[in-house]
Amino acid sequence: MEYHKPGSFEEATELANKNAGIIRFLAGGTDVLVQLRSDIITPDVLIDMKYINGVKDIIENDDEWQIGVAVSGAEMSEHEKLAQEWPGIIEAMDLIGSTQVQGRATLAGNLCNGSPAADSVPSLIAAAAQVSITGPKGVRKINVEDVPIGPGKTSLKKGEVLSAIHLPKRTNNQGDAYLRFIPRTEMDIAVVGCAVSLEIKNEIIIKARVSLGAVAPTALLLENAAEKIIGSKLENKALEHLAEEASKACNPINDKRGTIEFRTHVAGVLAKRTAKIAYDRARENK
Amino acid sequence: MNKIHVNTSVNGDNLEFLCDPRETLLDALRDRLNLTGAKEGCGTGDCGACSVTLDDRLVCSCLVLGVEAEGKSIGTVEGIAEGENLHPLQQKFIEHAALQCGICTPGILVATKALLEKNPDPTETEVRYWLAGNLCRCTGYDKIIKAVMDTARDLREAS
Repeated sequence: MEYHKPGSFEEATELANKNAGIIRFLAGGTDVLVQLRSDIITPDVLIDMKYINGVKDIIENDDEWQIGVAVSGAEMSEHEKLAQEWPGIIEAMDLIGSTQVQGRATLAGNLCNGSPAADSVPSLIAAAAQVSITGPKGVRKINVEDVPIGPGKTSLKKGEVLSAIHLPKRTNNQGDAYLRFIPRTEMDIAVVGCAVSLEIKNEIIIKARVSLGAVAPTALLLENAAEKIIGSKLENKALEHLAEEASKACNPINDKRGTIEFRTHVAGVLAKRTAKIAYDRARENK
Repeated sequence: MNKIHVNTSVNGDNLEFLCDPRETLLDALRDRLNLTGAKEGCGTGDCGACSVTLDDRLVCSCLVLGVEAEGKSIGTVEGIAEGENLHPLQQKFIEHAALQCGICTPGILVATKALLEKNPDPTETEVRYWLAGNLCRCTGYDKIIKAVMDTARDLREAS
């Protein structure tokens, strides 16, 4: 295994593009190193992203937040302003692993690892987050929901690397939330994860995005479910319709942590609960 | 395979070692630097027995490559006591019999020291969540939590 420490994304791209074999980018390493140690994937070329300028920065611009690819979960949680604007993303990221894992794990890694159960991914999708991808042909920007294409697989092509995560800036009357179901209280992989981000005007929901994780080969953006609560004050009827649509969108696996039937049902329940929290946060956020 | 030369600081001492790029920081500490305090339990970041601080951030050293230690400041259990004087946490772990086989103890000491530096007045719930990534198969955790709460109280009163 070759180990490289490029000083720019362009250099990282070049390294990834010119080398053959298995290439892995190293940020927090909480997936790459586990796979390496378990002999699941031994990269031929390991490219450490942490020496690139700005990868540890959380930058607040007028119209967006930019989160560097090596920013850890702990660093995000400690950022008061970001945590205040995007509590749903912070709570999703914070659910991943232990204190030790939080010290290393990154949003970029959680996304690029391609797990359908990745906790932060539904929260990013609900937030309408985008990512910059640097490749041999330059930089392109895509929506987070277009990154994962199946378990362990992303739409990134050879030589391409995620170079930043972009979140919209929050205005008043907006709120987001993330909830997951696991069979115990901590340290587990989502059986179902649900994120909701919404905006209200005079208590009526005017915009909403709903996303589910762990119930299909990739995290899902549920446009139909969001439509069921837009125009409502989240009355019981709207919530029931939201739950129905969320369950309908599920195409889950059957495994020891949850059957297909269970995951499908829980998706609806979580969608209702998550929407309520996001709605309350939007109302408080005047 | 070419070995990589790494300069790092461990418990305040500037050290250097040569390691294979696949080698973890845990292996480098134990096998290259003879610092065997950090233990290997699972090797996959689940058990916390290999906990160290990396630039003051608590991490599992089995999920850090040795080469990533370049230019960093590492803190291990060997750096907790001052000479013969045990750290208050170590004293309390003995008083409360908060260890049995002892394999998890170095990781738990490093983790709790990091907690108390960040939050000198944690609730019991906060301690339990903070230590959720440090598995102990002997004590049932209760004595560990009591030792940590007791140390925190003493340190607050002393300051």
